[in-house]
Parts: sequence; structure tokens; C-alpha cells
Amino acid sequence: MTATLQRPQPGRFAPRRPVLSRSAPNRPLLGSLGIIGLLALWEIAPRLGAVPERYFPPVSEVLTTLAQRATTAPFWEAIGHTLYGWALGLAIALAAAILIGFALGATPRLRAFTTSTVDFLRPIPSVALIPLAVLMYGTDIRSTLLLVVYACFWLIYIQVLYGVADVDPVAEQTARSYGLGRLARIRYVVWPTTLPYLMTGLRLAAAVGLILSITAQLIIGSPGIGAQITNAQQGGAVALVYAWIVATGILGVVINIGVRALERRVLRWHTSVRGEVAV
Amino acid sequence: MSQPTTVEPGATGRGDHEGPGRGPEGRAPGRAARFTASRRRPGAPGIGLRLLHVLALPTLIVGVYWAITAQPGASFYTPTPAAIASAFADLWFSERFFVDVLPSLGRLLTGFAIAAVIGVGLGVLLGLDARVRATIEPVLEFLRAIPPPVLVPLMIMLAGIDDSMKIMVIVFGCVWPILLNTVEGVRAVDPVLSDTARCYGISGVTRLRVLVLRSASPQIMAGLRLALALAIILMVISEMFASSSGLGFAIVQFQRTFAIPEMWAGMVLLGVIGFLLSSLFELVEGRVLGWYRGLRAANRGE
Repeated sequence: MTATLQRPQPGRFAPRRPVLSRSAPNRPLLGSLGIIGLLALWEIAPRLGAVPERYFPPVSEVLTTLAQRATTAPFWEAIGHTLYGWALGLAIALAAAILIGFALGATPRLRAFTTSTVDFLRPIPSVALIPLAVLMYGTDIRSTLLLVVYACFWLIYIQVLYGVADVDPVAEQTARSYGLGRLARIRYVVWPTTLPYLMTGLRLAAAVGLILSITAQLIIGSPGIGAQITNAQQGGAVALVYAWIVATGILGVVINIGVRALERRVLRWHTSVRGEVAV
Repeated sequence: MSQPTTVEPGATGRGDHEGPGRGPEGRAPGRAARFTASRRRPGAPGIGLRLLHVLALPTLIVGVYWAITAQPGASFYTPTPAAIASAFADLWFSERFFVDVLPSLGRLLTGFAIAAVIGVGLGVLLGLDARVRATIEPVLEFLRAIPPPVLVPLMIMLAGIDDSMKIMVIVFGCVWPILLNTVEGVRAVDPVLSDTARCYGISGVTRLRVLVLRSASPQIMAGLRLALALAIILMVISEMFASSSGLGFAIVQFQRTFAIPEMWAGMVLLGVIGFLLSSLFELVEGRVLGWYRGLRAANRGE
């Protein structure tokens, strides 16, 4: 971006306007304009009858419903259930992926035996496990966990494998010649190399995990946001369905921001993050 | 000051991919490198050993599973592989394949194709214009954060339980990774190349085709790959939630009637479909991005 600014424009004496505006649009202002525009459209379209109001309640109605619900305990309970399944599943997947990924990544001979199995299991959609989860665990939290862990594990595991494989051979040999033991090498050489990959996997898994946590509640009916939405839909409470969708959107944004903040914090030593701050 | 904020969404978009410039672009280059390495190395494992690598663990797993489930006291819910295989053959090599499986696949591919067209088209527009992008980015961030399954109940109210509902759910879920990756890819077009193209008077459709889409294609493909995995999940969910036909519906039906081997056969078929689609995608990706892999390999000096 800065490069675009500094580079002289060949054949032009004055920098063209688009180049300037491309470098520095007023992002907060334009962004708020976008949001306001969407809200206005959502409010006006149903009121004018452009879309049927029965199915598209205006945004004021949806937000009022959301605000009312947000003062009740069941609302937060449902969110708590969803987040609990999400967080626990993600944690299990993360721990398992790190353990197995480091163990297998460090022993290429063993890893060679697992590649075919991993390549086959990975693309299996985790929702295929839903019937099995229902039979084994019913509407228990373990059904949710099964789905979340299965989906998140592969995302993180693959990233860990790439990270472990990406270790700089010179760094590795240097560490060896300084007499670092196996554990010390993992701690000081392999782990920092893997960490950026791991965080990427975690970020992807956090989003997917939320999808599956809610899916499990929608389809299996274990308590949580998904079950609440099903109830609202079956009761014909259209505004409430929208309110829940807005709530999950907000939840998703919060999780995204949280994971990104965590990533920047954990990787603040890494050039990709340091570079951003330095400029 | 504006720099971190402009870079930040960059990291986001690629976050749907593998990693902002740290990781290898996608997993395939690493794999390609591994293959070539094992082919070239003098002491490369022979064909026998490689076969052993591929087959040993699956055989072991199936064997152990079989041994456990074949015992008289085994759980009702875990039939033997033989029972699953025979249910699989009976079920899916019959007209059910045309009634349940093909319509599901049709919806899946239709939704995926629509999402791809919308995602790439809109992504190019957004990627080329910073003002439009800045205006609609927060809205997109929010829409993208909505887990797509929550839209299933809504779509049922809006569109009933027919095909259009399922396709809409798939499109809505799949469009985000494609859109955001396309935006990032288009935005990251090499400025030198861009200026060179301008100097040569390349503009309009040609510029789009030979410069913009071409240099964004690795990112676009990464988005498409994520979207494909999502599309399968959403297809199954929309059919499981409310439907009268389709693979997801059939599996739930088997589970509710305790037709356990049939249920397993359905799960296996879903796995096979997931595996085949992702292999197929890898094949297409290899062709589309062949030039890119070659470039990277050449840059690494291989």
C-alpha cells in the first residue's frame, strides 16, 4: 500500500486520484456508512412493502426482540451452552492435534504410515457423524463435542504437521551442535516455527467449531442457541428467529476478533506481526 | 496509522486460507515437494514399502474394528464391516442412488457453482475499488460471522423445504470464503505487474483475465476449497433438518428406525463423497495452478 504511494507514476506528473484514494480511504467513516445503509434498507424495505413484512420484519422490531430477550436468563443460558460445547471441543481438538502432530511430525517413519488414513478421514464431513452421535450419546453434550472435535482436529492437525515440517534445517543443526537435547529443541526450535501455523489452524477451527456446535443443537436438539432457533421457528416467531441470527452473528464477530487478538499477542515476536506494528 | 488497519483485514481474508504469508500457500506445494523428493532421492522407498505405508494402518484399523464387533457381545450400534458393506451394496447400487444421492449432489454442485460465481464476481469488484470495499467490509464481516446452519430454519420459513431452500443455504454459507479470498487475492496483485500491464495498454476484460484473475487464482482456489467442504456440510444439514428426500434425510431416517447397518452405509457414502469431491478438486486445482506451483518451485531453486 505504501509502496503504491511512493512509486512515481510513469508518464504522469501528478499522482492520479484513484491511487491516492486507494491508499487512504476514510475506513471508519465509510464502514459506518455501510452499516447505516444496510440498517436503513432493512428498516425501510419491509415498511414500504418491497418485501413481505411477515417474513422480513423491519430491523427495529428484530433488535427490540433481541434486546428484550437479552434481559432474560434462558437467552444467556443458551449462549452459555453453545459456547461451552464450542470451547471444550476446541480445547480437546487443540490438545490432541498438538500432541499427535508433534509426535508424528518428529518421526517421519511413523508419519508415512498414517498419511493415507489421514487423507481419507480428513475430507469426511463431520456431520456424517450426527446419527452415530445421536445413537451413542443422545442430546448429551458429548454429541456436540464429538462433532466439534472431529471437525476442528483435522484443521489444526494439518497445520501442525506443516509447521513441524517447516523447521529451518540450519536452526535445527545449530541447536544440535550447541548440545540442545530433544525436549529443548522442541521448545526452542520446533515450537516457535510451528506456532504461526498452529494459530492459523486455531483461527479456522474456531469458526468451524462454532458452526458445528450450533449445528449439533439444531439437528440433535441438545440445549443451546440451535435448539432455541428451532423452537422459535416452529412457533412461527419470525422476529425472534432473526434476533437469534443477529445474536449468532455478533457472537461470531466477537470470536473472530478474540482469536485474532490472541494470535497477534502470541505471535507478537513474529515478523508478520512485528512488521505491521513497525510501519 | 492507517497501515495496521489496512493490513489487518488482509490477515483476516487469508485467515480463511492458510496463513498470512507465513505458511506455504496452501498445502499442495508441500505435498508436491514431498513427492518429487521421494521420487528423486536415491534411497527412495521401493514400491513395496510405499504400498505398506498406504495400506498398513487402514488394514489394522478395520481389522481391529472387525475383531471387536464380530464378538457375540458387541454393541448393537456397531455392525461388522461385512454387514455395512452388504447394506452399502444393497442400498446405493439400487434406484435409491437416483432418488436420494443424485439430487443431493445436484443441489450441492448448483449451490457451490452459484456461490463461486457470486463470490468471484463480487470479490473482483470489491478488490478493485477501495472505497466500495471500505464501505461494505464491516457488513460483510458480520454476515460472514453468522454460522450458516442457523439460516436453515429461516430459509424453511421463507422458501419452504424444497430445493431452492437448500440451495440458498449452501450459497449463503459458501459465498464468504470465496468472496473474501478473492478480495484479498485481487488486492494483492503485484503493483509492478499492474503498472506493466497499464504501460502496455492492457485494460478491460483482457486485464481482468490475464492479470487480475490470474494472479488472484491461488487465493481464489483456496477459498473454493474451503467452500466445497462447507457445501457438503450444509447440504447434509439442510436435508437432515427438514426434507423428504436426499442423502441426509435418508441417513436420519435409518437412524430413527434403527436400521443400523444402513445408517452406517449412509455415513460411509457421505465419507466417500467427501473424499472423492476433495480429490477431484485437488486435480482441478493442480491443473489451474500448475503455473503457480512451477513458479514457486523455481523460486525455491528446486
